[in-house]
Amino acid sequence: MTYILIFIGAVFVNNIVLSQFLGICPFLGVSKKIDTALGMSGAVAFVMTIATIVTFLIQVYVLEPLQIGYLQTISFILIIAALVQLVEIILKKISPALYQALGVFLPLITTNCAILGVAIMVIQKDFTLLQSVVFAISTAIGFGLALILFAGIREQLNLVSLPRGMKGTPAALLVAGLLAMAFMGFAGIVK
Amino acid sequence: MAANSNLKTLLNGVIKENPVFVLLLGMCPTLGTTSSAINGLGMGLATTFVLLSANMVVSLLKNLIPDKVRIPAFIVVIATFVTLVEMVMQAYVPALYESLGLFIPLIVVNCIVLGRAEAFAAKNTVFKSFFDGLGMGLGFTMALTLLGTTRELLGTGKVFSMTIFPENYGMLLFVLAPGAFIALAYLIAIFNKLKTTKN
Repeated sequence: MTYILIFIGAVFVNNIVLSQFLGICPFLGVSKKIDTALGMSGAVAFVMTIATIVTFLIQVYVLEPLQIGYLQTISFILIIAALVQLVEIILKKISPALYQALGVFLPLITTNCAILGVAIMVIQKDFTLLQSVVFAISTAIGFGLALILFAGIREQLNLVSLPRGMKGTPAALLVAGLLAMAFMGFAGIVK
Repeated sequence: MAANSNLKTLLNGVIKENPVFVLLLGMCPTLGTTSSAINGLGMGLATTFVLLSANMVVSLLKNLIPDKVRIPAFIVVIATFVTLVEMVMQAYVPALYESLGLFIPLIVVNCIVLGRAEAFAAKNTVFKSFFDGLGMGLGFTMALTLLGTTRELLGTGKVFSMTIFPENYGMLLFVLAPGAFIALAYLIAIFNKLKTTKN
């Protein structure tokens, strides 16, 4: 039951993009087409899950026993950066097809604040390892959902004529605002 | 002449290449921390400090860092200053530290900081990098404070917690998540409009 609550909470109620404001850069950057949105969501889901597991283990078995919790930020970001590189290399060897699909997005992920954000959040929320994994996967699904919905709307938006100042980012942000409003409707499902 | 070009670098960050309104970098803290003017200002100043310090250190070390590992090296420099800011804020302004929460450690992954280190500080002198960091930081702070003020005013009728509109006023939407997107959308649109009329 806890896991279901974590899932619904992370996908709908506290959607990472629309209510926590993390991962806005890729949300605005790669949402012009549904294909790229799908690719980015896949890459984020992949890295987020692995990164959360590794940073969780580092926190519990290295930072806490040695009482160097203040090094959290610096060690987590280095782990994530290294991990992204590693995933890129392994993927290239093991599954060229998957690498083809996700390749371009992987280097961008290091600076996706959602990854570091989730890694820090699971520590702050005192989750167990399994709960952290569920949380990471659900958050990634929430990110994917928001991104794909947004990309779908933006594809339509290209066909509309807008006042000059509103074109591009302002219009996209307005759409994001409306999406966020829609997602507010989920508030209250889970406490 | 020299003073003139430094001023130009400084103003470049504030207006011509404003990180938020023009370059559209650092969107996460821009939207996430501007529910009130004071939060926006606090976040802006914290980022400015990191930007300034990281720019100067990167510029000092630029000849010592091998090209291949420069990005990880920059990240370590940035993360060091972020940790510093985190500790100082926790000690001296605990209330602000609480309300900014997760976004303080996340300054590390703010694209502006790494972007300036890579694009400017790694190629320019310490002195120039100082002004670039200051300009970009001020531009960011200005944008955040403006957005924070707008949202606080529309949402609760107050600015920096001072009442402007009568008591029972309030469109709470602007303090909540959707308001952040909508307010920023219109601010960017106004900025675009002003820029095109000027040209």
